[in-house]
Amino acid sequence: MNTATPERAVLADIAARRAQVAAALQQVLPERAILSAPEDTRPYECDGLAAYRQLPMIVVLPDSEAQIVAVLKVCRELNVPIVPRGAGTGLSGGAMPIADGVVLSTARLNRIVRMDAYSRSAVVQPGVRNLAISEAAAQHGLYYAPDPSSQIACTIGGNVAENSGGVHCLKYGLTVHNVLRVRMVTIDGDVVELGGEALDAPGLDLLSVFIGSEGMLGIVTEVTVKLVPKPATARVIMASFDEVVAGCHAVAALIAAGIIPAGLEMMDRTSSRMVEPFVQAGYDTEAAAILLCEADGTIEEVEEEIARMTAVLNTAGASAIAVSQTEAERLKFWSGRKNAFPAAGRISPDYYCMDGTIPRKRLGQVLEGIAQMETKYGLRCANVFHAGDGNLHPLILFNANIPDEFERAEAFGAEILALCVEVGGTITGEHGVGIEKINSMCVQFAPAELEAFFSVKRAFDPAGLLNPDKAIPTLNRCAEFGKMRVSGGMLPFSHLPRF
Amino acid sequence: MSTGSHSDIAAQFGARIRAATAAGTPLRLRGGGTKDWYGQALQGEVFDTSAYAGIVAYEPTELVITARCGTPLAEIEALLAQHHQMLAFEPPRHGAASTIGGVVASALSGPRRASAGAVRDFVLGAVLMDGHGEALRFGGQVMKNVAGYDVSRLLAGSLGTLGLILEVSLKVLPVPVCEASLRFEMSEIDALRRLNEWAGQPLPISASCWRQGVLSLRLSGAEAAVVAAQRKLGGVPLADAAAFWASLRDQTHGYFDGGSLWRLSVPPAASAIILGGEQLIDWGGAQRWLKADTVDAEQAAAIRRTVAAAGGHATLFRGADKDVGVFHPLAPAVARINQRLKQAFDPAGIFNPGRMYG
Repeated sequence: MNTATPERAVLADIAARRAQVAAALQQVLPERAILSAPEDTRPYECDGLAAYRQLPMIVVLPDSEAQIVAVLKVCRELNVPIVPRGAGTGLSGGAMPIADGVVLSTARLNRIVRMDAYSRSAVVQPGVRNLAISEAAAQHGLYYAPDPSSQIACTIGGNVAENSGGVHCLKYGLTVHNVLRVRMVTIDGDVVELGGEALDAPGLDLLSVFIGSEGMLGIVTEVTVKLVPKPATARVIMASFDEVVAGCHAVAALIAAGIIPAGLEMMDRTSSRMVEPFVQAGYDTEAAAILLCEADGTIEEVEEEIARMTAVLNTAGASAIAVSQTEAERLKFWSGRKNAFPAAGRISPDYYCMDGTIPRKRLGQVLEGIAQMETKYGLRCANVFHAGDGNLHPLILFNANIPDEFERAEAFGAEILALCVEVGGTITGEHGVGIEKINSMCVQFAPAELEAFFSVKRAFDPAGLLNPDKAIPTLNRCAEFGKMRVSGGMLPFSHLPRF
Repeated sequence: MSTGSHSDIAAQFGARIRAATAAGTPLRLRGGGTKDWYGQALQGEVFDTSAYAGIVAYEPTELVITARCGTPLAEIEALLAQHHQMLAFEPPRHGAASTIGGVVASALSGPRRASAGAVRDFVLGAVLMDGHGEALRFGGQVMKNVAGYDVSRLLAGSLGTLGLILEVSLKVLPVPVCEASLRFEMSEIDALRRLNEWAGQPLPISASCWRQGVLSLRLSGAEAAVVAAQRKLGGVPLADAAAFWASLRDQTHGYFDGGSLWRLSVPPAASAIILGGEQLIDWGGAQRWLKADTVDAEQAAAIRRTVAAAGGHATLFRGADKDVGVFHPLAPAVARINQRLKQAFDPAGIFNPGRMYG
């Protein structure tokens, strides 16, 4: 049959549109900065959340701010949506392309513009890798504090978009606490400076709202980050607990004692048994939970803090305590926690990483809820936990080749997030909403709040072309999602009162 | 105002705001009224928020406190102190009536700001009543939260121009185990150089102040760290240290008496800023106070030019003649975004009109 199917019609439209947009972009960009053949754009079809894929219409790789301004003007003129992309390591599909959109990669803006030890700051382009900043600052005894697990690959532009954290953020803060200034281009082609090298800037604190905005408000072209002195030393305590809740009480006892550990991580038995064969970190695989608690600072300070921490953990009922005696041992203790995700990939064909944050005191309740969901969905779940700040990463193990397992994993994940909201937490602590958790936003926010988010977006991006349809669900989408939930049979947590 | 439950008070606030939006009546949001002198001239009917008071939740082991806007700062600080915790940004106490809503709306931070962070760094969540009288909840009570735009931090320093901050959740920190203060005699240039060099080393410096050839330094942290730093840095012990740092924080120090006062916010590494009038330097060089007897448009423009050239901005912090503009002029593209945000939350322009920019 010659009649085009609707899909074919869409494809034909996109081909025509691609030709039109590519021709316009060729006026402002060198040939090598434009990719439009599917074999070239294929690597951009997803980010770290590989379950969600979409081939983009065009990918552009500008290498200067002037080129970014030019791209935005073309896209504004032709009404083309733009998806910004850093290293593509994000875990929520924030960089997932749009079929009739342009992916704007900042990978070629990868220069450290200035490293200033005296003012403890670095000016970097958005495509500079997180770890590269610390490596360049190391000769001055300085480093960039936020250390997301992907720091070897992820870029500062992406960190700004996601407000990335890391294992040390309880003590050293998130991206928002460590970025002084962002230079960005709006959809209208205006180059705007937010923040500055002073500690504050006049007017509304636009920098705060820009950081974590998931590429929806502007395209970052330059970032000034704060550098901090590298602690002289660090040591970590590994404590075992017979019950997960006891480990959680120990965390509360540490905080109550006035201690803010440099790192504070917990893993349940499923997780430690998953990683131990993989990395031989020396974990107690009989313990219900393992707590890693790090002190950093001067040698005297660390000694004092380790002694205080040990006393608190003993009183809190730790069944075993080991303190790293060398840097190699410290890294070994951490290796298990840092390899939790790869270890999950080793024992299960697929895994789905969740990212809820809860008030820590509700951990017992949430873990119990997750255990019930394991039965309900017939899937296993390993829990790793940034214990200091309440950020929980349940890893749902599944096999995408088994019919309906991915759908069950997704439903399992959404139910965990709904539970996080129920106990006063949030659906995402550090991975962002992206496309992945957009329906869960309907659980966390009321329509008027979602509408307020849209008005913030319009204040920066009146055309609505920057990463549209991510992070903030439309009210229609929430209505459909609600319907979907009801038609699925049952509202989540039907035993809980609703008000 | 009639007494009633907090939800009744919030409902009354909502009704009054909706009526004001409908009629275009400007409202002047006011907590304890201790910072009426801050910002551009006040306009509109006084809208007293002090009845909406009380601590909603405080979990010392979660490091979070949630309070209604009218809660006195003193009440919050007293409760935190019982648990050896604090608001690490050390908000200035410009009067006993100071409320937590005003603390967040003004976003003024004290001596610990350079090491611990500013008000916005500690805001975890807020409930904002917008121009439609609708209570909108942003952020939350947890440390890490990237769901939706971070509107709660945007409210820090908004001076009530986006709406009524009904409730805030703030991160709190333990009071340092040990503190010690040192005094050094040195010139402004030497002090700026040393402060920047020291800030690049792992030293527990939590506050600094240079004035009239004397640099005062506060160290906070583990006892071992404070003792080691004292040994390394030298200097002599600072007498009456607690009272000194409180007087800097609350601006009750004699330096702040009388006249007009400029606040120069500059990169900490900026060299000495040459302007007429006595200066006091804190925040490790990042905040410089400048006294001025009189302020006219020409002087104000000169100050702003000099400070902008150093990479910073100047605020006429206290001063009789506000016609020269209290806050530093914004770049046009930034001003446009500010205006659109104001319009989004306060379409009728009723909240503290003109308090930040005209």
